[in-house]
Amino acid sequence: MWMTELPAFLPFFIGAFLVLMLKGVARAAVMLAIPVLGGIHLMLIPEGLHWQTELMGMALTPYRVDSLSLVFGLIFHIAAFINIVYSLHVKDTLQQFSAMIYAGSAIGAVFSGDLLSLFLFWEILAISSVFLIWARRTQRAYNAGMRYLIIQVLSGVLLLVGSVFYWRTHGNLDFNGIGLEGTYGWLIFIAFGIKCAFPMLHNWLTDAYPEATPTGTVFLSAFTTKVAVYALARGYPGTELLIYIGVTMACFPIFFAVIENDLRRVLAYSMINQIGFMVVGIGIGTALALNGAVSHAFNDILFKGLLFMSMGAVLHMTGEINGSKLGGLYKSMPKTTILCIIGAASISAFPLFSGFVSKSMVMTAALEEGYPVIWLLLLFSAAGVFHHAGIKIPYFAFFAHDSGIRTTEPPNNMLIAMGIAASLCVFIGSYPWLLYSILPYDTGYNPYDATHVLAQTQLLFFSALAFVWLNLKGMYPPELPSVNLDVEWFYRRLIPDALKVTFARIWRIDAIIRASFMRLLQSLLNFISRHEPDGVLSRAHLSSSMVIWSTLILAAFLLLSFI
Amino acid sequence: MSSNQPGTDEKSYLFDNPQNVKRILKALYGICAILVILDFVIHRHTYLDIEKLFAFYAVYGFVGCVLLVLIAKWMRTFLMRDEDYYLKQESLAPESKKESAHVDD
Repeated sequence: MWMTELPAFLPFFIGAFLVLMLKGVARAAVMLAIPVLGGIHLMLIPEGLHWQTELMGMALTPYRVDSLSLVFGLIFHIAAFINIVYSLHVKDTLQQFSAMIYAGSAIGAVFSGDLLSLFLFWEILAISSVFLIWARRTQRAYNAGMRYLIIQVLSGVLLLVGSVFYWRTHGNLDFNGIGLEGTYGWLIFIAFGIKCAFPMLHNWLTDAYPEATPTGTVFLSAFTTKVAVYALARGYPGTELLIYIGVTMACFPIFFAVIENDLRRVLAYSMINQIGFMVVGIGIGTALALNGAVSHAFNDILFKGLLFMSMGAVLHMTGEINGSKLGGLYKSMPKTTILCIIGAASISAFPLFSGFVSKSMVMTAALEEGYPVIWLLLLFSAAGVFHHAGIKIPYFAFFAHDSGIRTTEPPNNMLIAMGIAASLCVFIGSYPWLLYSILPYDTGYNPYDATHVLAQTQLLFFSALAFVWLNLKGMYPPELPSVNLDVEWFYRRLIPDALKVTFARIWRIDAIIRASFMRLLQSLLNFISRHEPDGVLSRAHLSSSMVIWSTLILAAFLLLSFI
Repeated sequence: MSSNQPGTDEKSYLFDNPQNVKRILKALYGICAILVILDFVIHRHTYLDIEKLFAFYAVYGFVGCVLLVLIAKWMRTFLMRDEDYYLKQESLAPESKKESAHVDD
């Protein structure tokens, strides 16, 4: 059947070019149809290698379908659809074109069966996504996008170099388990780690995502980091180092999230925290843990997307996103408020909401495999998630003190997109078996036993109690217009400052050298100049001597011509 | 936590009435109490000894969150800068270039 030959990313790339040619309703129809048809197509495809080709003697597999890539492929189609609905009101060809290319390249990346194809999609992912940041069309967004692009392209370069080393060692480019052996293992690991926002490599995410357009951030939150999670799950399952990296990612961002003022930046920090859970799952590497990581990625795309959509709606309608300037919006945006609370309940992993059925798998796996300290830290960050994403986001945007802002609900397409995401969050949370059936492994896991539900509910309600208590005591840090220093300080402040000082010094030395050279030259000129009585050029020459010299030259010339 | 907004009158929103806020807080306290009482009723399957402690999850959640907030608040003392901390630097960049151009001449 020719249909199976059609790689899943191709419709998105074709769609992107149709976007350029079509206008209005036709453009919207094409953009909506592609993820729907593509998603249905994907469900009909049997597992296997569907496209193999050869480049200069290297076997390449740009299209491989198996249970792991299929889960990511499906959620990317769902996310693309929801995000396109969410951005239907946007009339900006640049954003629509780059969003289609971006979604397509994410899908291409998860179906890549070799490292070269992966690298190609990895780079298209970086380049297409930066336009969603630049589309904000402010100097600030331009600068943030530039930093984002440099870091993303660096990740691609590391991947390429790693792939070359891999090919030298193995003689092929097949993308399967890689492991931390040899140079190639570490190079590719760091390349994935940059995109996955490993600690110290994470700041591009919190720097750039909040600077994108309201709709652009929603697209960004779905794809880049989840492609990296997929790549880690494919290349490094069971790598113990990932457990410690993951638990760090789960813990440190929540502190930043509590004191951050820009609510989309709070969500960006909370995104690193959620990816931390996935990375721990990949690091543990058992069937249950990997299922947990994959399903948590699936759910995170939905609930984090929903939260970013609700904050995007707030930004779109009020022009404000800082917690210090918002509050009381439940009065004019009640529907958005409820949808945001559903997203908040899902990310906090309340029973019956989607986070619960996936996060618990990673936690259970950590216990079963004998990592009690890791488990305790994950439990702490699970409580922390509720605190900063579950309570802080809805509370400071929609409740808290009334900011006096009166607006209306966002456009219908935004509400519909949030409604779809919210329904999926509740559906997956209440009936997880459908999601479990598409996971790579069959573990027979059941999240809904009494122990589990009670433990999680106690944890969450007492976290809420802590919030209330701190607030009533006036100990809760108020939202303040501020910037909090993070790793980015090194490349946004320290290095530019150091360069500035260094260059200022170099220029000063350069100026001194030039000046003294000029002085030297001047005195030399003075020495030979004709204004000085003894100057070389100030001697008087007779015109007759000139005639003699030219005669001599002509005579010499004549002589030479005879020889 | 939220519900439909009944009136169009500016004064009639749900949480403008402090009584409603109190009701919600009371409901929260009630649920917390019930959850702790349930600890006696439901037998939990545990992996670790620490889980067997009475109301372990409740205490851990509460203490964890309080510590989280207090540490984060303390972090503000050395991490917090003005809102335009980076902007100042980055918008100054072209000017500093001009300066250097002068030095160069």
